[in-house]
Amino acid sequence: MSALHVPNADPAVTVTGLRRAYGRRVVIDALDLRIERGEFVALLGESGCGKTTLLRALAGLDPIQAGRIDAPGKPAVVFQEPRLLPWDSLWRNVSLGLPEHGAREAAAAALAEVGLGNRLDDWPRTLSGGQAQRVALARALVQEPELLLLDEPFAALDALTRIRMHGLVKELVARHRPGVLLVTHDVEEAIRLADRILVMRDGAIAAEHLPETAADPQRFRALLLAELGVQGSAAA
Amino acid sequence: MSSLDSSFGVRRAATPQAPAAAKRVRRPISDGQHRIGTRAHVALSWIAPLLLLAVWEGLARNGWIEPQVLPAPSKVVATAWKLGLHGTLLRDLGTSLLRAAAGFAIGGGIGFALGTLVGFSRLAEALIDRSVQMIRAIPFLALLPLVIVWFGVGEGQKIFLVSLGVAFPVYINTTLGIRQVDPKLLELGRVRGLSTALLIRRIVLPGALPSILTGVRYALATAWLALVVAETIGAQAGLGFLAMDAREFLRTDVIVLTIVIYALIGVLADSLARLLERRLLAWHPNYGAGR
Ligand SMILES: Nc1ncnc2c1ncn2[C@@H]1O[C@H](COP(=O)(O)OP(=O)(O)OP(=O)(O)O)[C@@H](O)[C@H]1O
Ligand SMILES: [Mg+2]
Repeated sequence: MSALHVPNADPAVTVTGLRRAYGRRVVIDALDLRIERGEFVALLGESGCGKTTLLRALAGLDPIQAGRIDAPGKPAVVFQEPRLLPWDSLWRNVSLGLPEHGAREAAAAALAEVGLGNRLDDWPRTLSGGQAQRVALARALVQEPELLLLDEPFAALDALTRIRMHGLVKELVARHRPGVLLVTHDVEEAIRLADRILVMRDGAIAAEHLPETAADPQRFRALLLAELGVQGSAAA
Repeated sequence: MSSLDSSFGVRRAATPQAPAAAKRVRRPISDGQHRIGTRAHVALSWIAPLLLLAVWEGLARNGWIEPQVLPAPSKVVATAWKLGLHGTLLRDLGTSLLRAAAGFAIGGGIGFALGTLVGFSRLAEALIDRSVQMIRAIPFLALLPLVIVWFGVGEGQKIFLVSLGVAFPVYINTTLGIRQVDPKLLELGRVRGLSTALLIRRIVLPGALPSILTGVRYALATAWLALVVAETIGAQAGLGFLAMDAREFLRTDVIVLTIVIYALIGVLADSLARLLERRLLAWHPNYGAGR
């Protein structure tokens, strides 16, 4: 996999020989991964192959059984659900964990970036699903993370909102330049957003692609789907 | 009904009257139509009690009911006025309230502290929870004779009994509330690098608050019940004393008065608790007045 790598001395995270097991069931084994700062990586894989498990390990949420994870800073995470604290206003949600001093200003700036700059003092329950997920994005970015972990953050959104979110995420990532790992089921989403696409199988990275270099988008898509174990759709 | 509805017209959620009606009958879902229905309903529901009061007044005045069995409502009001002005009513009321407050503070404090401990720590749960649950199985009023042996019939007995009644609901609802805090939010707190103290302050306690306040409301009712019983058994002052003293002289007007006061304070305490809920849980769709 290193053949595809552009040499760069500024990794957002480096993973070597990672092993993660739930009890005796090994979900991830001998996994290597490196994400550069400013690089957008999408992670595809069948349901249950261990994508969330990998992301949680990178976030430091779960213990690992072997290997190393080297990340210079504290990663920020956006989950599939917004996970907003219902008892805190939007700006308090966004600034959760920041030092009190200047928290409101920082939150206001981040909310403005996701187009919710006029809703600082609103309750989360007054938001639509897409708006709530934008707040979660603002909350992640206000940390100025070196590594941004996204676990199917758009899965619950309608198609139209999802396309808008793609644009927003792309723009924000270009501005803040964290390393990004986006877990997704959506091949289209991966192609549209990622600099590099990883396919996970049997607890390790099975394939790696650079969508930029794909000559024929149709065949590239079919190839990805085949790698995900979806047969027959290659003809379509 | 339909003419009533149209006279109310279409009412937006922001009108001040609408939440006022909604809070009386707390409903998770309240659309505009429902509120109008509720308002009319509230008005109608007052007819029967008022009618009953009028019938009682009429019967008592005409001597159909002996004054020693039940005095007329107007007589009770007059007695209230007289006792309030010249008698010991206010002092007795103060004594009772003070007892309730002291018992509530002590019992609530202990219940909250133990509940928090058990909610957080498996070890504390193992050590404390079973004993508390066993004591809780006793109807606390059954302890009364024992409590009198321990404390006599002084202030200690009354405050102890109230504390006992208050501690359990607060304890149970505190542990329950803490356990029910969404683990996903706790995980979020960890991702954000919150210290344990911050995690408790920003996520655990706010998340447990609805349940804790339910416990407080429940405890208010038990506290009041405990006080009534404790005061009736033996007291030299307080509302219960007033009632028992009046019994000696067959002053049913005074007895009825104390009963009414007990009821009024119960209602008052409950609406206070509700007010607290609405203020502290403004974020909650089921309690908040909305924005
Ligand atoms: N807490 C857990 N305890 C035991 N096994 C688990 C636990 N969480 C996940 N697993 C198992 O680990 C494997 C990988 O799960 P994971 O959630 O990482 O999958 P995923 O790739 O994210 O799937 P999806 O695309 O459906 O979200 C699955 O076989 C799952 O059953
Ligand atoms: Mg997953």
